[in-house]
Amino acid sequence: MKMNKRLFKDFLFKKIVILFSIITLIPLFLILFIIVKNGVSAINIDFFTKLPKPPGEKGGGILNAIVGSIFLVIIASILAIPFGVTVGIFLSEVKNKFTETLKVLVDVLQGVPSIVIGIVAYIWIVKPLKSFSALSGGVALGLMMLPIIIKSTQEALYLIPFSLREASFALGTNYTKTILKVILPAGLSGIASGILLGIMRIIGETAPLLFTAFGNSFLNLNPAKPVDALPLVIFNYAMSPYPEWHKIAWGAAFILILLIFILNIIVRKVIKRWKVQF
Amino acid sequence: MESTILKIRNLNAGYQNKWILKDINLNIEKNKVTAIMGPSGCGKSTLIRCINRMHEITPGAIFKGEIYLDDKNIFEMPPSDVRKRIGMVFQRPNPFPTMSIYENVIAGYILNGIKIKKAKMDQIVEESLKKAFLWEEVKDTLFRKGTFLSGGQQQRLCIARSLAMNPEILLLDEPTSALDPKAQAMIEELIVRLKENVTLVLVTHNRSQAARASDYTAFLYLGELIEFGKTEKIFTTPKNKKTEEYLTGKFG
Repeated sequence: MKMNKRLFKDFLFKKIVILFSIITLIPLFLILFIIVKNGVSAINIDFFTKLPKPPGEKGGGILNAIVGSIFLVIIASILAIPFGVTVGIFLSEVKNKFTETLKVLVDVLQGVPSIVIGIVAYIWIVKPLKSFSALSGGVALGLMMLPIIIKSTQEALYLIPFSLREASFALGTNYTKTILKVILPAGLSGIASGILLGIMRIIGETAPLLFTAFGNSFLNLNPAKPVDALPLVIFNYAMSPYPEWHKIAWGAAFILILLIFILNIIVRKVIKRWKVQF
Repeated sequence: MESTILKIRNLNAGYQNKWILKDINLNIEKNKVTAIMGPSGCGKSTLIRCINRMHEITPGAIFKGEIYLDDKNIFEMPPSDVRKRIGMVFQRPNPFPTMSIYENVIAGYILNGIKIKKAKMDQIVEESLKKAFLWEEVKDTLFRKGTFLSGGQQQRLCIARSLAMNPEILLLDEPTSALDPKAQAMIEELIVRLKENVTLVLVTHNRSQAARASDYTAFLYLGELIEFGKTEKIFTTPKNKKTEEYLTGKFG
């Protein structure tokens, strides 16, 4: 009799776990379903190759925003990757009061609301240059990427066994070469996936771009001029009163989700392919 | 003909204000195998890590005294020069995981930025792998990652990597303790063969390994050098009571 009660509890627990998992998945699938359903119908070749049309006219595309988003990610990466990887190396190599403080600051930076980062970039870049620009948007996104890259680099290098460093030193290799040619390559998979996760994080950010990249309905590759971006298209078009524009916003959301999905697959491939066995 | 290649004089070493080694004086003879033996924690590893200045890379390491390599104090030479002349093989095989077998053997040259011709590189790789008894097993898979090899093969790869630099002395820090008996026997045989070209210092806690593979044996106990001499003498007629007790398995 007692045994049955225990078995029943066990059974009940298993069922509850499954039930809760299903309940959690329902909204996730609904979000994906709605975006795909509304987004796919907006997608055609013009969507990728044409610039937006004025309200009321049919057709047109969001080439400016797709190119703009890629341009912003490139600027942010150029700024954030060298600094992020270097600081990550520093934090994994040195342990003292200064680096412990730095680690806390990196955590704080990661928690700063994205709108605040946008305002900071506005004060630093937009105000002195007296113009909204791709550069200021790139700086804002770069600041958001920085803590992610720092932490993933630091964690990737921290996992590398000390014996590898010993092997390098024992051959008479100096410290710089040991870091650059032995330790960094061994941590490459972790660093690369950290960079990709950083890109995934910033590609959908809207708030930091509002006062920086600003948006632009024309194609622009000049870092000193405003550019458009996919999240800005969603933000601006979804708030407009025109139904055709709403459709474009859905299309942009679909492309954004697709990009993140593809990046996710690349991250998994990178981790698998470059994984180092010790 | 015997000649001393390395003289250790009044060496003290330890970590964080705690001395482990106390006043070690020891001569290492050229082209011989010197075994350093003793119970765990007696300072064997600390001693050989001082010989190629690897001791000081550990945070908190302290040391004083002199070690003369060909009458020059190694503590007055740049550490990287010392380590190029005195190679080291560690307890656990540690091939570079991102490099192929070929790159692992030639790693000392790549990492130190020493430029040599491709043909010369091929020759060094082949010779070193042959010296380490590994050539026959890997000659068709030279460009596969070194970490795909078995533990014993990895350890021989690490020996080949050290030999490629043409060191005068090769330090082996319990090189077989992480390996199976067959791989152990192979490394021991290798050690005996290698002394034609290089002087070897072997740290071991395996008494029979010291007896089989070495010409000289040093017995270390609680950081002090208790006894040093020809291996056969130490093993047959030890002068010190502690040595005798250790050899007969009373402790350690």
